[in-house]
Amino acid sequence: MKYLDEYRNPRLASKMLERIAEKTSRRWTIMEICGGQTHTIIRSGIDRLLPDKITILHGPGCPVCVTPVHIVDKALELASQPNLIFCTFGDMMRVPGSTADLLSVKASGSDIRIVYSPLDAVQIARDNRQKEIVFFAVGFETTAPANGMAVLQAYEENLENFSLLVSQVLVPPAIEAILSAPENRVNGFLAAGHVCTVMGYHEYMPLAEKFRVPIVVTGFEPLDILQGIEMLIAQLEKGTCRVENQYRRAVTEDGNLHAQRVLSELFDVTDRIWRGIGMIPRSGLTLKEKYRRFDAEVRFGLGDGVVSESSECVSGLILQGARNPFDCPAFGIRCTPEKPLGATMVSSEGACAAYYRYRAKTLERTG
Amino acid sequence: MSDDPKDNFRCPLPISDYPSILVAHGGGGKLMHQLLEKMILPTFSSDFSNNLHDSAVFEIAGTRLAITTDSYVVRPIQFPGGDIGTLAINGTINDLAMSGARPLYLSAGLILEEGLPMKTLWQILQSMKQAADIAGVKLITGDTKVVDRGKGDGIYINTSGVGIIEHSLKIEPRSVVAGDAVLVNGDLGRHGIAIMATREGLSLETRIESDCAPLWSSVQSLLSAGIDIHCLRDLTRGGLASALVEIAETANLHIEIEESHLPVREDVRGACEILGLDPVYVANEGRFVIFLPDSQVSRAIEILSRTVSGFTPVRIGSVLNGDRFSVTVKSTLGVARLLDMFSGEQLPRIC
Repeated sequence: MKYLDEYRNPRLASKMLERIAEKTSRRWTIMEICGGQTHTIIRSGIDRLLPDKITILHGPGCPVCVTPVHIVDKALELASQPNLIFCTFGDMMRVPGSTADLLSVKASGSDIRIVYSPLDAVQIARDNRQKEIVFFAVGFETTAPANGMAVLQAYEENLENFSLLVSQVLVPPAIEAILSAPENRVNGFLAAGHVCTVMGYHEYMPLAEKFRVPIVVTGFEPLDILQGIEMLIAQLEKGTCRVENQYRRAVTEDGNLHAQRVLSELFDVTDRIWRGIGMIPRSGLTLKEKYRRFDAEVRFGLGDGVVSESSECVSGLILQGARNPFDCPAFGIRCTPEKPLGATMVSSEGACAAYYRYRAKTLERTG
Repeated sequence: MSDDPKDNFRCPLPISDYPSILVAHGGGGKLMHQLLEKMILPTFSSDFSNNLHDSAVFEIAGTRLAITTDSYVVRPIQFPGGDIGTLAINGTINDLAMSGARPLYLSAGLILEEGLPMKTLWQILQSMKQAADIAGVKLITGDTKVVDRGKGDGIYINTSGVGIIEHSLKIEPRSVVAGDAVLVNGDLGRHGIAIMATREGLSLETRIESDCAPLWSSVQSLLSAGIDIHCLRDLTRGGLASALVEIAETANLHIEIEESHLPVREDVRGACEILGLDPVYVANEGRFVIFLPDSQVSRAIEILSRTVSGFTPVRIGSVLNGDRFSVTVKSTLGVARLLDMFSGEQLPRIC
C-alpha cells in the first residue's frame, strides 16, 4: 500500500536486524510504551528476530488495559440506565468490570453504540434530544483532543444531553513511575509516535536526563520499530541518553499546538488510578470547572468506589515490564480472550492478548 | 425437582460466562462455535454432526443430494454491490456449491418489519429473482411473516436450498491431506468493508463494493476439468481465518499461509487500517478457499481465471503434517505466528 508497504519491506528489515546484531555487545532491556507497537512487534515477530541479548518489554500503553475497574463499573452503571445511549469505542465492549462487561449489559437491553469518533456521539446527542448521551472518553493524549473537541461542540451548541465518562491518561508520568520503581529493569524506551504527534517530545527530555535513559520517539510499522530499536541500541552502546525522533514524518518537537490548546482549554491534570498499576500522580485529565456539566460522573452523581481486581491476575506487573505474559500461571488456561481475568487479555493491543493470538509457547522461529 | 423433564437438563455452556446471548455469539468466532459445539450439535446429534460443512450431503435412491439453510440479517439492507436479496440467494447457492453440489431449488422465508417501504421490498425481490436466474436455480416455496415496527431491521430473509452431486468426489474438510495446496479465488475483505463503510458513514476515497457473487460456475468448471478438489469453503462471517481454523481442526492438520500472498486490495487494506481490523477476519460473499493436490494448482488457477473475470485466484499456502491442528501465518519478516478465531466479532480499536 502506498506509504505503508515501504515500512514493511522484508529486505530492509533484514538489513536493519543485521546492523542491530552487529551493534549489540551487551544485554539490554527496552520497553515499547504503546499498545499499537506491541501489536506490530508480536504480529510481525520482531521480538523473535532480535538478538537474544535484547529483551523487549511491553509497557502500559494500551488505553483499554489501563482503564481501572471502578471506571468500567461506572460505565456499566450508566449504560444500564433507561433513556440513556452509551457510546464507546469497540475495544471497551469486552473489558470486564467487577461483575459484567458492556457486551452483557447490551444483551440485557441497554442502548450501547460503538462509534468511531466522539463527534459521532455528539451527532447522536443532536438526533436524540430527549435522551442522555454519554461517551466513554478513554485513551491517552492521542484521543483526548478529539474528546475535548466533542465537548467544545456540545458547549457551543448548548447541547444539554451530552457528557463524557472521562478516563484519559498521560504517558510521561507512567514512564516516570516505571523508571522510579525499585524493580525497574528498563534501559531504554521506544516512545509512542501517535502521542508525540499531539504532544511533541519536549516532555521526555527531563525524564531522559533524570533517569539517564535514552528515549526514541517511534512509529508503528515494522521498519519504524526496527529503526527505533537500532537508534536506541546505538545510544545504549555509546552510553548516551538523549531523546531522538525516529518518527519524523509525523512528529515535531513541539507537536500539534492546536490540539494542545484544546487540551489546556478543556482539561486539568489530575491524579489517576491505572488498572493493575495503581495511582500515578498527575497522570490523568479531568474536565475543567467550566465544562463540569459535561462530566458524566458529576452529572449522574456516580460514587467514588474503588474495586479490587482479580488477585490471580498479574497484568499490573506485565504492564510495568516486571513479568512476561508467559510467566503467568493463568495464561491461556484460566485467562483467555473469551474469559479474561485482566484487561491485558482483552484489548487487541494488550500484551497478553497479542501473545495469545499470535504466539504459542511451542511456536518457534521458522526463519 | 420439576416434573417437566426439560427443567432437569443442565445447560452444557458455562452460563456464568454469559447468561444470555450476545451479538458476538453470531459473529462466526469462538463464541459461536462454543454455542454450536456445546449446545446445538449435541442436542441434534446425527451422522452429519461430525463433519461440519456448509451443507449436509445425503443419499436418496442412489443419488447424492445436499441441503443447506441460512438466515440473512444484514444492516443496512442495501449496500454498494448488492442488497439482502442478492446475499440471501447467492449465500445459499454458495453453501451448496462448497459441497460440490449443483444448486437446484431454493425456499425463502421473509420476515418483514412493519413500515418497510413497499418499494424497498420490491427491489429486494427483484434482486432475489435476478440472482436466482443468473445461477439457474428456482425459488419454489416460501413464507412471509410481519413483525411489529422496531422488532427487525426492515427485513430478514431465511433461505434453504437443495442441490445434486453429480461426481464421485467427497468435498469436505476430512478429505484435506498433508501436501495439499490452498488457493483463494480473489481478493479478501471487500464485503465486510463495504457494509461497515456504509453502516458507519465512512467517506473513503474509493467506493468499495461487496464481492457478493454466485460461486457454482467456478466450482463446476474445476469439476468439469477433472480437478481433484479435496475441500471448499466460502469465506463469509469470520473471514479466511475462521474458515482455515475450522478446516484445520476437522482435518487435524497444520495449514501454513504466507502473509505476503494474501490478496487484499489497497482500498480495503486502507479501510482496515483506519478501522483497526485484520482483513483475514473480515467477511466475504464471493470468495472461497480451495484445497487441492499441489500438482493441480496451476491448472486450477488457469481455469478459475478464465471462468470469472475480475477474480484473481492466488495460492496462499499449503497443508502440512502437524502434531496437533493449527493455522500459522508467515509474516513478511519470515516469522510464523498463530492464526486463531476471534472470540466474537472484530471490534474497532481505540487508536
